[in-house]
Amino acid sequence: MSYAATHDQHDDHHGAPKSFFQRWCMSTNHKDIGTLYLIFALTMFFIGGSFAMVIRAELFKPGLQLVQPYFFNEMTTMHGLVMIFGAIMPAFVGLGNWMIPLMVGAPDMALPRMNNLSFWILPFAFILLLSTLFLPGGAPAGGWTMYPPLSLQSGSLAYAVFAIHLMGISSIMGAINIIATILNMRAPGMDLLKMPVFVWSWLITAFLLIAVMPVLAGAVTMLLTDKYFGTSFFNPGGGGDPVLYQHIFWFFGHPEVYIMILPAFGIISEIVPTFARKPIFGYKAMVFALACIAFLSFIVWAHHMFAVGLPLGADLFFMYATMLIAVPTGVKVFNWVATMWGGSMTFETPMLFAIAFIILFTIGGFSGLMLALVPADFQYQDTFFVVAHFHYVLVTGALFAIIAAAYYWMPKWTGNMYNEFWGKVHFWNSVIWVNVLFFPQHFLGLAGMPRRIPDYNVAFANFNMISSIGGFLFGASQLIFIGVLIHCAFFSRKKATDRVWEGAKGLEWTVPSPAPHHTFSVPPVIHDEELAHGNVHA
Amino acid sequence: MAAAGLALATFGGVVQANPHPWQLNMERGASTWSHVPYDLNNISLWVCVVIGVLVFGAMFVAMFRFRKSRGAVAEKWAHNTTLEVVWTTIPVLILITLAYLATGGLTSWADTTGSQMTVKVTGYQWKWRYDYVSYMGKPIDKVGFMSRLDKQSDDTRQLGSGMDPYAVKVGDEQTYLLNVDKPLVVPVDTKIRFVITGGDVIHSWWVPALGWKLDAIPGIVNAAWTNIKEPGTYRGQCAELCGQDHGFMPIVVVAKSKADFAKWLAEQEAASTKSPPPAPFDAAAPATAAATPSR
Repeated sequence: MSYAATHDQHDDHHGAPKSFFQRWCMSTNHKDIGTLYLIFALTMFFIGGSFAMVIRAELFKPGLQLVQPYFFNEMTTMHGLVMIFGAIMPAFVGLGNWMIPLMVGAPDMALPRMNNLSFWILPFAFILLLSTLFLPGGAPAGGWTMYPPLSLQSGSLAYAVFAIHLMGISSIMGAINIIATILNMRAPGMDLLKMPVFVWSWLITAFLLIAVMPVLAGAVTMLLTDKYFGTSFFNPGGGGDPVLYQHIFWFFGHPEVYIMILPAFGIISEIVPTFARKPIFGYKAMVFALACIAFLSFIVWAHHMFAVGLPLGADLFFMYATMLIAVPTGVKVFNWVATMWGGSMTFETPMLFAIAFIILFTIGGFSGLMLALVPADFQYQDTFFVVAHFHYVLVTGALFAIIAAAYYWMPKWTGNMYNEFWGKVHFWNSVIWVNVLFFPQHFLGLAGMPRRIPDYNVAFANFNMISSIGGFLFGASQLIFIGVLIHCAFFSRKKATDRVWEGAKGLEWTVPSPAPHHTFSVPPVIHDEELAHGNVHA
Repeated sequence: MAAAGLALATFGGVVQANPHPWQLNMERGASTWSHVPYDLNNISLWVCVVIGVLVFGAMFVAMFRFRKSRGAVAEKWAHNTTLEVVWTTIPVLILITLAYLATGGLTSWADTTGSQMTVKVTGYQWKWRYDYVSYMGKPIDKVGFMSRLDKQSDDTRQLGSGMDPYAVKVGDEQTYLLNVDKPLVVPVDTKIRFVITGGDVIHSWWVPALGWKLDAIPGIVNAAWTNIKEPGTYRGQCAELCGQDHGFMPIVVVAKSKADFAKWLAEQEAASTKSPPPAPFDAAAPATAAATPSR
């Protein structure tokens, strides 16, 4: 209705280049590039997941059975780098690429050629990083945080640093593109405060990316010059300070944590109202909470460093600032629950993942609050309690949101409905095994098991075995996801309607399914009642 | 005599604050301060449980009552200022309470003044060095040694050793990867100041029963204190990734009564003046029977 022109087209990919190379490698189309990002992220998710399987297999029982300790450290390091920079971040960029122009009524991203470049840098960055596994000396093994002096002992430091430079360039270009698109390309009438929360979350995330990726690039460049060019930024023997690196790294690292969760908040804020058939509760509060969390993320970095021996005043400041984050985060959770209250709910797979997100992310938030209390953190720091905490936030948080988004928008992307039965099988397997995997790790940490160790005292054996079993089955459950995706894209006979979901609101549902190659070549006419947030004063 | 002392120090009716199978929670610990993280942990856990029950409870009620399949019709409201003010204010009050408790605990931790003993701890890849600096206002000369993973654990932990980690024991206690060749020996009822640094990369010195961990960083000397209440053997591990054998550099603290400690210290001082002083990096420093409760 808003965009009648596309309905007249018979070819779904009208205007798409016919040759494979031209279509995918030279693409400037936001939908194709979004697809590329998502396929790349999925590939990296399985590569990073296979590293996790090695870790859980070695930790299955006490004693070393499978790998040498150094290789174990390579696995934990690469698992972290690949999952953060290869899976979670590109998946969100892919979702942003696909959906932001559709949601704000733009014909494409503002800078399509840069969009192509920012994607195609990534495969090369990860080939560079992953190639270290096959080189003499092995992959980086100093942890994804790459603390010096330990990281300087690695022979493959330069590979990791250059790979991170490339990822950083890619992320910054992607962020610039998203900001330019949202600020300049909105259809007339799509005011900022009428935008979907997902678009808001990406706008804020993009600013975080631009602010902190250069900081990471600076930190790792200093590692590089310390190792190869005789500088002493982090070398106390030359007047440097190893703790300086940690301050710089976490000034990047904490906003990075929110880069990986704010778009997830946005996704959940789209899905819950759709399946509750009720507008999101407190739209303005949701946007304001996102902005608050983003601001606070810049002043809490040293809560990753409470065991470093900071001055008392610094410990107190960072503890208070960190605890403050619980307030806007709590508001978001309460608002999602209030959105459900009084709704008319159905529980399709995207909604199931969204509900699991709210509960399990909140559990991750609870342990985050506990970690903020400095004296308690003296015990939790660098134990499996922390591992459990950030996997609740990143797996049942960020990853579950990405999976929910995939189920939610897949019919729009492919034009076909996915198989609801197998979607639910995937959901129940994921949600059960992920808890078997990560919940016992809280107990291990509280009982005193440090993280990043390949072997442990026999007192930790029971929960490690349970955790490993959960890990293997959670990993296997994701193969169901692959099956559902392939079936939906190529074999499903059930055509999706344009609206797809009964309660779906917003511009992306006004274009045909599958979304044609070019949409909104003419700006749509905005009817406020068609938008989820058409009248935010209501 | 030495054997009897060894038995007493290891498992003769003294505190064992070490991990046990199916352990679910943190333990209270053995020092005058270690209840602080324990209490904060429990209080904040219960706060979270209560909030969780309320929030998730409301969610499940909503999911039951407002199902389309039960004929629920969506309402139109999307805003309620009173409710929003309430659920912003209540968390703030809870947070202020928790912050108050944590601030008190942290302030007492940071106060290393008035200590009666000083021990220097240095982390190396992959062992710890302990140097006794002073005791009861008197400097201690030449009492210092390396402390590394015990041989039985070390043999067992090799890839493909075929040895059983469950067979690594001291008495009844399973000490796989949690035992050393020469433990740190300290007195009870004494405020002990640890000065902690790193020799190569960053390590972290952590004995859960003392209630804290503190990074051992090259070029920086960190300080923390403990005051152990009861004699016992307290085990811990390095808590900062420090390379391939990060998982294999445990920490064992043996706390003795003041009289026993004075005797032990005198023996150590006598031994160091009799034999040529061990070079600081000589990990094979001679260990006397009294100082080796592990084997």
